[in-house]
Amino acid sequence: MSALKGSAPIGTLTTGGPAPPLTAAPRRRRRETLYYALHNKKLIFGLSLELVFVLLAVFGPVISPHNMTDFFGSNQAPSAQHWLGTDNLGHDLFAEVVNGMRVSYLVGAIGALCAAFVGMALGFAAGWRGGLLDEILQMITNIVVMIPALVLLIVIGAYLKSRGVLFEGTFIGLTTWPWVARAVRAQTFTLKSREFVDLARLSGRRATSIVVREIAPNMASYLLLVVILLFGASMLLAANFDFLGLGPTTGTSLGNIMNQSTLWSALQLHYWWWFLPPGILLTGMVAALLIANVGLDEVFNPKLREQ
Amino acid sequence: MSVKVENLSVAYRMRAGDVCPVEGVSFTVADGEIMGLAGESGCGKSTLGNSLVFMEGRMRHLGGRVVVDGQVLPVADFRAMRPYRMTKVSLVPQYAMSALNPTRRIGRLTTDLLRSHDVRESDVLEEMKRRIRLIGLDEDVLSRYSFELSGGMRQRVTIILSTLLNPSLLIADEVTSALDVSTQRAVGEMLMEFRDRGFVKSVIAITHDLSILAQIADSILVMYAGRLAEKASTADIVNAPLHPYTQMLLASLPEVGVRYDKATLTGIPGRPPSLVNPPRGCRFADRCPFARAKCAEAPPFEQVQPGRQVACWKVSEGWPEGGEA
Amino acid sequence: MSALQIDNVSRFFRASAGGDMTPALRKVSFGIDRGEVVTLIGESGSGKTTLGKIILRLIPASSGTVTFEGQDISAFKGAALREYYRHVQGVFQDPFSSYNPVYKAERVFELLRSVYFPHTGQPTWQDKIESALAAVALNPGDVLGKYPHQLSGGQQQRLLIARALLLDVRLLVADEIISMLDASTRVDILNLLISLKQSGLAILFITHDLSLGNYVSDRTIILRHGAIVEMGDTVKVFGNPRHPYTRNLLTAVPELHKKWQPPADGARSRPTDAAGTGHAAVPATAVDPPRLTEYEENHLVAEEAA
Repeated sequence: MSALKGSAPIGTLTTGGPAPPLTAAPRRRRRETLYYALHNKKLIFGLSLELVFVLLAVFGPVISPHNMTDFFGSNQAPSAQHWLGTDNLGHDLFAEVVNGMRVSYLVGAIGALCAAFVGMALGFAAGWRGGLLDEILQMITNIVVMIPALVLLIVIGAYLKSRGVLFEGTFIGLTTWPWVARAVRAQTFTLKSREFVDLARLSGRRATSIVVREIAPNMASYLLLVVILLFGASMLLAANFDFLGLGPTTGTSLGNIMNQSTLWSALQLHYWWWFLPPGILLTGMVAALLIANVGLDEVFNPKLREQ
Repeated sequence: MSVKVENLSVAYRMRAGDVCPVEGVSFTVADGEIMGLAGESGCGKSTLGNSLVFMEGRMRHLGGRVVVDGQVLPVADFRAMRPYRMTKVSLVPQYAMSALNPTRRIGRLTTDLLRSHDVRESDVLEEMKRRIRLIGLDEDVLSRYSFELSGGMRQRVTIILSTLLNPSLLIADEVTSALDVSTQRAVGEMLMEFRDRGFVKSVIAITHDLSILAQIADSILVMYAGRLAEKASTADIVNAPLHPYTQMLLASLPEVGVRYDKATLTGIPGRPPSLVNPPRGCRFADRCPFARAKCAEAPPFEQVQPGRQVACWKVSEGWPEGGEA
Repeated sequence: MSALQIDNVSRFFRASAGGDMTPALRKVSFGIDRGEVVTLIGESGSGKTTLGKIILRLIPASSGTVTFEGQDISAFKGAALREYYRHVQGVFQDPFSSYNPVYKAERVFELLRSVYFPHTGQPTWQDKIESALAAVALNPGDVLGKYPHQLSGGQQQRLLIARALLLDVRLLVADEIISMLDASTRVDILNLLISLKQSGLAILFITHDLSLGNYVSDRTIILRHGAIVEMGDTVKVFGNPRHPYTRNLLTAVPELHKKWQPPADGARSRPTDAAGTGHAAVPATAVDPPRLTEYEENHLVAEEAA
């Protein structure tokens, strides 16, 4: 029986008691995670770069001296008045590009959240229940994976009068959730057989409570990585669609700008200021995110660290 | 003397600081002796056993020597130890039976292992088959996958693999834990038989289970919190232990035939000290019913009777038994 | 008064795709009374953990019934199941795995609160926790506010037992609860179980370690390949084992003061996991277990020879 050292009020951290263990407690672990996060080069670089882009998207339209919709001389090269020149219709490209960044971010976010939500819901359900529900959901997943998103978009697009940002984001979400679902399902299977889940069942907890409060927190770092990855993938996918002319009919996005530039032969006519900036910015936005993601993976997973 | 360890110290590098689970350890193991290395979790016995063969990852050799058959082993240098592994010293690590590659057949694993030690398989294949038959297994074990074998069979196959080249010293880390009682006996008897037949010269059997050691070991070395507590012949340790830790440990073990209404056993209150910042003096002092002021100074591990070594002021200074519960 | 009754419980599983159903348990029957410790002894593959999980309703039985205080537990759903868990709880082998590493250790108490103590005020709740901790000889200052990492194995196990005591537990299923603890703390947990038994708790103590079973239990059941081979009063079963398997087990147990005796038939001691040695055939996996006959009062032995 351990020697009595006098009890303290329940809930307060006591400093008496047995010797600290060799492995760090989660509180120290979180501080450790923070330490690694602040010292991981990829994470810092990726986040900083992304921050630059985000600031540009947020404040760009505010500081832009011109509006997107005003007309000026067409096909002007970059100058002091038009920082990125103008397109063939005479719109100021800087204004277009920074507004386009906003749309790209928005579509990316909507797509990521939609895919994450659907993917996690179905993944948890399949993983927790198993059996027939799992079989059915697997079938649905496989079907969705097989359907070519591009063809589907073309078909749907033909029936819609106009396509907005919300539509595009949701569409991307509903076509990319399968791989989230699969990963979540696999993790849930593993965690389901852990003894603390058994203990929760023995405490009379219901299934949703167990999934949300016991299983999901143990996947938190993984889920975060998945969401970030989805964000980048959605932006890229949206740009793909936009470039082919399947993007939002309302508003402009980086992909749309590149689409227009190609339609109007900017490449052949050497109007580099029309197609290069959106392309470079898009690449940068997605790449920074992915670099940060790799860094974050290293932070969470000690085995990947270089030291 | 087959094996001589002199003042060995091994540390682990951790974020919290350097942890030293083995500090100034010295002992000898004679030819043909099975020495049991006993202690509870975290006492350093696994580190000690492993450091004689294989300094992995974060382990650092801080000082001391290991001499086997008159040769000093370069334990601090991973690469330099390579020619000695499996031929002079061999290790069956703690989770060995779970560590067999499940995608290869046992025979193939053997070939790979031998090749990595520059031994031609054809030279030893016959001997291997002989030994497999010797312990009552069938030769076709070589054509099986590891998951097709039971835990006990895997453990015994691992021991055969580790002793195939007749090393002078075999270190068996917890080879009988996680096994059923009857399989434990088979593995224990196998170790003894291999020693009797000369396949290995000496064995260090690391375990927390004193009753297995009472069966197979000639001598027992008890470790506590990184330091040696007591070493003596098995009979002496089991029948007349001197160190208070050994005494209390033995008094807490239930045996068949002992029921709660006839004899009340008690455990040892408290916990071993953390090895991150261990106490300066005797590390068992805070749990020891005989502790006195002198125990703030670390007792040396020294011979108190022929064939018996203890690290305890009570024993070396002859304090009386009074004060015991 | 019988707390738990197991009647002809069997459990099958499909070992390989399209293969036959392998029995993990074969028509096992026995009962546990209040204030009694029944030890279920078996080696790996005997089905003992499966039986524990069936009793705890974590997996279903393939056939047979388990009755708790007269009611068939397989019918319990929702509220009835939660009520069952108020009286029947389990503690498992690896204390650390039973804790969700993301939360503090005392969360195992909180988990119970909303379901079983929804209207309990904070001060009453704290009192309950403190008395449960006192019953397992834990100092609240040592264990509250800490993460599972910071507690020793012995403290973790005691905390889990305290959790069960918070409820009105009448039967505790203890599955290998001390095999992962250090030798010096094991016997303290065993003594704790004994004191709980003396205040009326029924305990099903599942282990592979015969000396533990002998120390703590009133009745012993020896399980082999899913069927009972010997059962009865502990003193009688250990003192006069009749079944060859039991005898084999007892001779293999290492003791401090006695060396292993050579086996009766003079051959090398053969482990009981005969599968794969190529010598003994794989034991029969027929659904019907060997019949149990009464050797003496409170001592039943199965008929078949080894």
